[in-house]
Amino acid sequence: MSNRFINILVPVVSIILGLIVGAIVMVFSGYDPIKAYIALWNGIFGSPYAMGETIRQISPYILAGLAVAFAFRTGLFNIGVEGQLIVGWFAAAYIGMAVELPAIIHLPLALLAAAVAGALWGLIPGILKARFGVHEVIVTIMMNYIALHTVNALIKSISGGSYKTEKIHETASLRSEFLSNLTDFSTLHYGILVALAMVIVMWFILEKTKTGFELKSVGFNDQASQYAGMNVKKNIVLSMLISGAFAGLGGAMEALGTFGNIVSRSAFTGIGFDGIAVALLGANTPLGVVFGASLFGSLTYGAGNMPNEAGVPIEIVSIVIALIILFVASGYIIRVVLSKMSKKKEAK
Amino acid sequence: MNLLDFLYFIVPMTIAYAAPLILTAIGGVFSERSGVVNIGLEGLMVMGAFIGILFNLFYADTFGAWTPWLALIVAMIVSALFSIIHAVASITFRADQVVSGVAINMLGIAIALFSVKMIFDKGQTDFIQRSIPLIDIPYLSDIPFLGPLLFEGLYGSSILAIAVAFLAWFIIYKTPFGLRLRSVGEHPMAADTMGINVSKIRYIAVIISGGLAGIGGAIYSQTMTGDFGHATINGQGFMALAALIFGKWHPIGAMGAALFFGFAQALAISAPGIDIDFIQKIPTVYFHILPYVLTILALAGFIGRANAPKANGEPYIKGNR
Repeated sequence: MSNRFINILVPVVSIILGLIVGAIVMVFSGYDPIKAYIALWNGIFGSPYAMGETIRQISPYILAGLAVAFAFRTGLFNIGVEGQLIVGWFAAAYIGMAVELPAIIHLPLALLAAAVAGALWGLIPGILKARFGVHEVIVTIMMNYIALHTVNALIKSISGGSYKTEKIHETASLRSEFLSNLTDFSTLHYGILVALAMVIVMWFILEKTKTGFELKSVGFNDQASQYAGMNVKKNIVLSMLISGAFAGLGGAMEALGTFGNIVSRSAFTGIGFDGIAVALLGANTPLGVVFGASLFGSLTYGAGNMPNEAGVPIEIVSIVIALIILFVASGYIIRVVLSKMSKKKEAK
Repeated sequence: MNLLDFLYFIVPMTIAYAAPLILTAIGGVFSERSGVVNIGLEGLMVMGAFIGILFNLFYADTFGAWTPWLALIVAMIVSALFSIIHAVASITFRADQVVSGVAINMLGIAIALFSVKMIFDKGQTDFIQRSIPLIDIPYLSDIPFLGPLLFEGLYGSSILAIAVAFLAWFIIYKTPFGLRLRSVGEHPMAADTMGINVSKIRYIAVIISGGLAGIGGAIYSQTMTGDFGHATINGQGFMALAALIFGKWHPIGAMGAALFFGFAQALAISAPGIDIDFIQKIPTVYFHILPYVLTILALAGFIGRANAPKANGEPYIKGNR
């Protein structure tokens, strides 16, 4: 079995194992796993409406996944996607609500605001890592909580004490009557196009530019890169900036497309953390992220159908997602088992 | 409200908020000193909080006043078992320890909420009838000033937390096991050469961290919230992680940091009700983000990189140099 084949097989095996363990959990809890998975399937593909909503759900997942994957390629683990997404969400909602401009300027401006907000939130851990060698994992976790509390306070102050902001103007909206009619009046919006465009942007930066080459090089070996004359510190900061911008755009999907405003939250959205799973499953490549996001976006949206149709709590899907991450992370052992199996076959 | 009343009010609250953080952070000290990064503290705490409430609800009639204490023990056992997943993935399967920890966090909250929905058919549990009681310590509480400040209206669990911190210091710095633990975290290959079973020590350390985080979670849910829902623990585990780093991977340091974070939390929650002018003027959001901002500043400023155990986060592979 070739190495490349095993690399593709590891995530596939992980997904299957995750679903199987999820089924075992359901059996032991007295639920019918087959009925549950059929409900999940119907929740994703059952109707044009469900499919529209599923695609809508996939857009922020793609962007969150890209954010994690991009930083990973430079050897950075950005757990702060969640916080960067929240500040992006707020920035987009604020620009969408507070200014009045023609759509051609307003929408790009709102998207840009989200990207800039996310980038700034990523910049802080980037600088701390580059300048002081502080581990980015801890800083980004802390930045998540700072984002959550700060945005809640900002929502309260700009809405005059309320827990949510006013709806954005039509001119900043990503909503599309065409896509909505196509999918039986779902909330599907143009965000998916933005997300796919960013997939191409990430591919282009990494594969076609000198900057991308440097970023990847730092990820492979920062000391060798330094020796070869690259500015490692600059690349670390740049990587976190771009990663944060992707995450911020993910927040814009929610602000300008799905919800049209931002509501004060007591806990995280979870999209940023799922982005880690998406990136891992997609092996940190742009195309892989699209697949990973499609899987997790579908699972999370489809799960909503499980309580009604099969009487299974929605959280079973979170269990399955967590298990898949655990299995992908433990890829070493799956590799060992797979290569042993293939050796046995060859011996025969 | 004068300063004395303020102190009488805020100090006990600080200790109450700090207790779960102390225990969880000490758990983290064990795990990270052995070289296993434990971002999963949050998930382990969630598990402890959930099990604590569950046991308390089901057995309050059977065990009476002992219920919350037995709940702590059961929560400790379940979280310790749960942490074995992290141990297997990150020690035996050589998974990225941070990723495995993230998975533990997601798994912890997902399993807990799944069970809540299954058992109670709603988003949160009922309220417990027997929470951890407040006690006055005899004689000590009669001391003027210090008595009412530190020894009156205290949760028994807070005494436990502080005792565990000193016990952990003794174990880590004064016993053979502690020496092995530290050596495995600093230089596993050297430790292995000296005949120490690296994997075994790391397993024990991760399981200890699970157990302590479980107690921490159960204390939090049985003193602060009284029920369990999706936002019960909300970041306490990460704050414990911050306390551990702020305290330079040292049990007593971690306790100090946890007490400070407890103070920040107590201020944030009670600030609107405190009738002192300058506190009223500060928006509560500053108190909410204070622990996190301070941790970042501490990392950037006066805590160097040299303090983290050297082999922290690296799986030990025999024969690799």
